[in-house]
Amino acid sequence: MNPFAFARADSLAAALAAVQRSPRAQFIAGGTNILDLMKDDVERPPILIDINALPLRTIEQRAGYIHIGALTRMSDVAAHPLIRAGFPMIAVALEESASPQLRNMASIGGNVLQRTRCPYFRDTATPCNKRHPGSGCGAIGGVNRMQAVLGTSEHCIATHASDVAVAFAALDAVLHIAHAGGMREVPINAFYREPGATPQVENVLAPGELIVGIAIPALPYGAHSTYVKARDRAQYEFALASAAVALDVRGGAIRAARIALGGVGTIPWRAREAEELLAGAPPTRASYERAAEVSLRGARGQGQNDFKIPLAKRVVVRALETVSA
Amino acid sequence: MSVPLAGAGAAQAQGLAMKGPQATAVTLTINGASRTITIEPRVTLLDAIRDYAGLTGTKKGCDQGTCGACTVMVNGRRIDSCLTLAMMHEGESITTIEGVANGDTLHPVQAAFIEHDGFQCGFCTPGQIVSAVAMLAEGHALNDETVRAQMSGNICRCGCYPHIVDAILEAGKPS
Repeated sequence: MNPFAFARADSLAAALAAVQRSPRAQFIAGGTNILDLMKDDVERPPILIDINALPLRTIEQRAGYIHIGALTRMSDVAAHPLIRAGFPMIAVALEESASPQLRNMASIGGNVLQRTRCPYFRDTATPCNKRHPGSGCGAIGGVNRMQAVLGTSEHCIATHASDVAVAFAALDAVLHIAHAGGMREVPINAFYREPGATPQVENVLAPGELIVGIAIPALPYGAHSTYVKARDRAQYEFALASAAVALDVRGGAIRAARIALGGVGTIPWRAREAEELLAGAPPTRASYERAAEVSLRGARGQGQNDFKIPLAKRVVVRALETVSA
Repeated sequence: MSVPLAGAGAAQAQGLAMKGPQATAVTLTINGASRTITIEPRVTLLDAIRDYAGLTGTKKGCDQGTCGACTVMVNGRRIDSCLTLAMMHEGESITTIEGVANGDTLHPVQAAFIEHDGFQCGFCTPGQIVSAVAMLAEGHALNDETVRAQMSGNICRCGCYPHIVDAILEAGKPS
């Protein structure tokens, strides 16, 4: 790692002010992602502001939503009774992420900001438009088995790596963001940016802003939800394809559905067309297969990752069958 | 690379005490003993434990959070010490493999690893044992499947997994 200066912030105002005054400074929470990237020379912040002392570690029921403090660790979110009872898809997505050690370290706010695992992004000897805009994309025409099939551009096909962000996308979570002038709220489905011609711009977070909490709006059928993740080994691996789904089935018909896909998109991929198709349909495999087909509409493989398209469809069907069983 | 010290000064003006990039004194509590070491901010907890505190039981395998050889407990929770900065853990209680036994009496997990031959080369073993000690305290249902899942953050390239699982299941039995 390159040398850097370090300070522990004792208040939100001090943390925000420190980064505002030194725009290349970065916040550090769990550190599992940024330190890894700093060791690989992908990130070179001159200053790290440790925000772990800030009081952002609670999970509470508020009017109309559950609020998760951004510094709550993945393991603590997954274990929380409000999450386990109300939104099992969040708990499953977290427990199927990373390793127990990393889940004890990584913050939920950092998780949604984690960078892609694309090997070209992480290897400074190769071209990458996300890491070094204009240098080209090594993955297009290169090793692309793990890359995205949805939301790609001719400049970038990197997959968004987070599992729980897929659940958050399905649940219409809202990010609470602090900046020196106050607070703002951004729906997670308006937070991420597809790569387009600017893959280095991954979200709408402005320099100096800090995610301080994540709100999960009440969803009566959130208890009927799950997360299904297909990967190369049973534990401790990123998704090849995953699906976060929730189903409201009453009187023999689907009243409403939520579907979001992971492992296949450049951003957590909400499948609204599939949700609309399911509303009013019978809870049958045929319905789920139609929804899966629509979920992958527009998907484009790069050769090595073509398999993700049929795999993701099967994952959607499996997830819907699991929650309706 | 040069570090803009103006940035550090600005943060100080906001009430933040800036450390580094030069080495400064940091006090860590490791296995109940307070140790003051002089380190740069970029020193990971793993390197601080091994190279500055001299406790070399904790191993550096991948140095990127993949293998679990560096597992230690901080305030009783297992973490990968390679992906965190030592300076982030002042005032916290750090437990390494050297702090697991009670004097000359092995921890039940250590004894079970010997009994079940839960290692071959031994490099991953300190991380496996510390991880298992913390895992048992987490209160998971104990069976082959859950132990394998909950120990998935600790890689053994000798492939001693069946014996490791047996050792943990035995250590986790109600006494």
